[in-house]
Amino acid sequence: MSESWKPTDDDQVREAVAWASAEAVPLEVVGAGSKRGFGRPLQCERDLDLSGLSGVTLYEPGELVLSARAGTPLAEIRAALEAERQELAFEPPDLSAFYGQERGAGTIGGTVAANLSGPRRLKAGAARDHFLGFRAISGRGELFKSGGRVMKNVTGYDLSKLMAGSFGTLAVMTEVTVKVLPAPEKLRTLLLFGLDARAAVAVLSAALGSPHEVSGAAHLPGDVAAESAVDHVAGAGTSVTALRLEGHGPSVEARCAALREMLAAGPAAGVAQEELHSRRTRALWQEVADLACFAARPELAVWRISVAPTRGPEVAAALADLPEMRHYFDWGGGLLWLGTAAGETAEEARVRDAVARVGGHATLLRAPARVRLAVPVFQPQDPAKALLTRRIKEGFDPNGVLNPGRMVADL
Amino acid sequence: MKMPEPDREVIARKREIVERLRALVPGPGGVIFDEDELLAYETDGLTAYRQVPMIVVLPSTTEEVSAVLAYCHAEDIKIVPRGAGTGLSGGALPLADGITLGLSKLNRILEVDYENRCVVTQPGVTNLGITRAVEGEGFYYAPDPSSQIACSIGGNVAENSGGVHCLKYGLTTNNLLGVEMVLMDGTVLRLGGKHLDAEGYDLLGVVTGSEGLLGVVTEVTVRILRKPASARALLLGFPSSEKAGDCVAAIIADGIIPGGMEMMDRPAIHAAEEFVHAGYPLDVEALLIVELDGPEAEVEHLIGRVGAIAEREGATYNRASQDEAEREAFWSGRKAAFPAVGRISPDYLCMDGTIPRGRLPEVLARMREMSERYGLRVANVFHAGDGNLHPLILYDANKPDELERTEAFGAEILKLCVEVGGVLTGEHGVGVEKRDLMGAMFDDTDLRHQQRLKCAFDPGQLLNPGKVFPELHRCAELGRLHVHRGQLPFPDLPRF
Repeated sequence: MSESWKPTDDDQVREAVAWASAEAVPLEVVGAGSKRGFGRPLQCERDLDLSGLSGVTLYEPGELVLSARAGTPLAEIRAALEAERQELAFEPPDLSAFYGQERGAGTIGGTVAANLSGPRRLKAGAARDHFLGFRAISGRGELFKSGGRVMKNVTGYDLSKLMAGSFGTLAVMTEVTVKVLPAPEKLRTLLLFGLDARAAVAVLSAALGSPHEVSGAAHLPGDVAAESAVDHVAGAGTSVTALRLEGHGPSVEARCAALREMLAAGPAAGVAQEELHSRRTRALWQEVADLACFAARPELAVWRISVAPTRGPEVAAALADLPEMRHYFDWGGGLLWLGTAAGETAEEARVRDAVARVGGHATLLRAPARVRLAVPVFQPQDPAKALLTRRIKEGFDPNGVLNPGRMVADL
Repeated sequence: MKMPEPDREVIARKREIVERLRALVPGPGGVIFDEDELLAYETDGLTAYRQVPMIVVLPSTTEEVSAVLAYCHAEDIKIVPRGAGTGLSGGALPLADGITLGLSKLNRILEVDYENRCVVTQPGVTNLGITRAVEGEGFYYAPDPSSQIACSIGGNVAENSGGVHCLKYGLTTNNLLGVEMVLMDGTVLRLGGKHLDAEGYDLLGVVTGSEGLLGVVTEVTVRILRKPASARALLLGFPSSEKAGDCVAAIIADGIIPGGMEMMDRPAIHAAEEFVHAGYPLDVEALLIVELDGPEAEVEHLIGRVGAIAEREGATYNRASQDEAEREAFWSGRKAAFPAVGRISPDYLCMDGTIPRGRLPEVLARMREMSERYGLRVANVFHAGDGNLHPLILYDANKPDELERTEAFGAEILKLCVEVGGVLTGEHGVGVEKRDLMGAMFDDTDLRHQQRLKCAFDPGQLLNPGKVFPELHRCAELGRLHVHRGQLPFPDLPRF
């Protein structure tokens, strides 16, 4: 068990990192520890536990902005936003159950550092698109800031983008500022039954290319649909294709009717339809976001595969024979969640090969530590990008003390 | 404006460099070195600063861009990338010892993919050109900077351009899926594509808005959206900017994110009305244009809700557009605001700070005070939804010291924006214009961390030097680590 430091202010974080840098002692940067299974396993002498840096520091609903110390529980932020009928529009998933933790764990800093976004990503953008600014201690042991608290800002490089998805390998964020948006007043989901993946993605593409502002577009093969807690989905007895509509009341009703009509007249003629209202819609999309069908199968290794939406079914078909393979599509077909037997490599070579044929990337989101040590967790980069990655890491963390090896083996 | 000292040795080699470039870019008109022809490139949209470049090169392919950059990298020659030259912060201001690399010949749309809702294009295509290519099928490209008829998509990537619909639809960075770019050493790199999110560090995200300092973009993939089914606008007049600001806050607090929400102050209203006769009320202190777009049912519903909010917030003028012609008329004055101000003053300088919206009354009051102190008029247009201010300072460049006073006034406005929690630039970029103000927002440590990113992409600092950063540090110096070895820190730090 490594020793843990729990700083309570920026200055203590700075001192800790400066010391670690001077002594070349690697630190594992931890929020709530809810996503520790994400990335390559670390063997650090010390944890830098940021849960002591907690609390919302600024929330102005009328300005659509919220700042919080990085260790603030996401649940606390969700509650504060809900009280003002607002939300994080990128729909951060709760992966705690997926990683075998208690539901509701996770911090705002961890969410941003992992750039986690849910089904609405295809309409509203990712965590990085809502991330306005931060304060952080780089691996050099220096406090710096970037961005701001306003929506529109092109002053200097957009280092927020660099921090989002950097998994604590460049700097330890101590405070983050995010854009927040009004929560939708009404939700509907249109379900279509019995489509195969190719036909489903064609329907999703048609719907996403319509003016009806679809905010969720998923396709669940029959075996995944059958496990849903939503009765209309579980009871379908076949695959379920789901389209979510959100917004102001009259608008959602009108769009839902128009979308049903449009699909029935063309891309999904003769396909059985069903509508879910707000409560069931929430439940279904939470399952999609939180990887419920994989949380229920903790023994499976799980890949996140991002490709052009129309190529999703092709990748799934190429990998259909993997042991214990199960999968579903989000983001209109562009996000393929795929589970397979962990084995020694989680079928890494097959997955990489299938993705390479269509372009995109694959991340091994969950697997036993031995597998995550044996194969690259993140998409291997071409030499040019790998060189940039190395130089950036060396610029921000020259002694390699922040989460070394979490993303790339020797970085 | 102080630029890096030109390298006389490089300038003395001009003839030789031209010959080499002609071999690398052999097409007609690929290399420009005649003094008269070079004049066309001496400035961008920020015409207050001018410098004739040593040479202009206009490659036609990615391979030519790569060859030019590799050559310049080997020979230690500076490069200034240039899109359409419409930028408002001097980001494409040439260097006396540098080569301006124009992307105007890379001007074809390569692929329209409706199923995946994206367009792949060369960087020289105009912003509006993308919308034009897809509007027949009912699609459009959302970011709409006011220069969209002329500005190039490559330039939009470099500047992370916005427009009037940002609050709802985002800036360039939120609508960009991928780029092909060339690094200073000639390496060709692909970031992103038709899929979402980065596989490692979000290099696409940091390249966007990097003002031509990290690489030269040679291909762009953008997301396209289906055009909203309908749009209507409200024209709302208020007896004070405070009341107009309150109305904006009340609309957002009601859970409504309008497609566009613009504010103009009295001088801007009058200038615009005299110019285009948009039908603006002249007896108000502030005017709001609130546009709602989406399905008809939504627009009808929200027009009613916003109209009622405006009544409650004390609007003295409240009119909803009844047809497309009237909606366009509402916008005509706002869209013509800059040229309208150009009619009432020989010159004007457009500022671009962003503030937390709630601080608007205070910022406007202090700007009025500055206006009196500097003896210069100012008109304000304002992207009210996202807090992006565009104060237009009216001046006459032919009067002695007026440009200097204008610049000082502008700098004071931007420092005020930072002081109230805002930023120096919302969408125009830092360029040379705001370079020396960066210290008002960032301390030395902040800036050094930004420059370390630069060093990863361009260690020799040959790409667009003299822009964005007030002080150039050598990358070797930035990489050095100052180590303070010592005791385990703070005995009082909780350990577990």
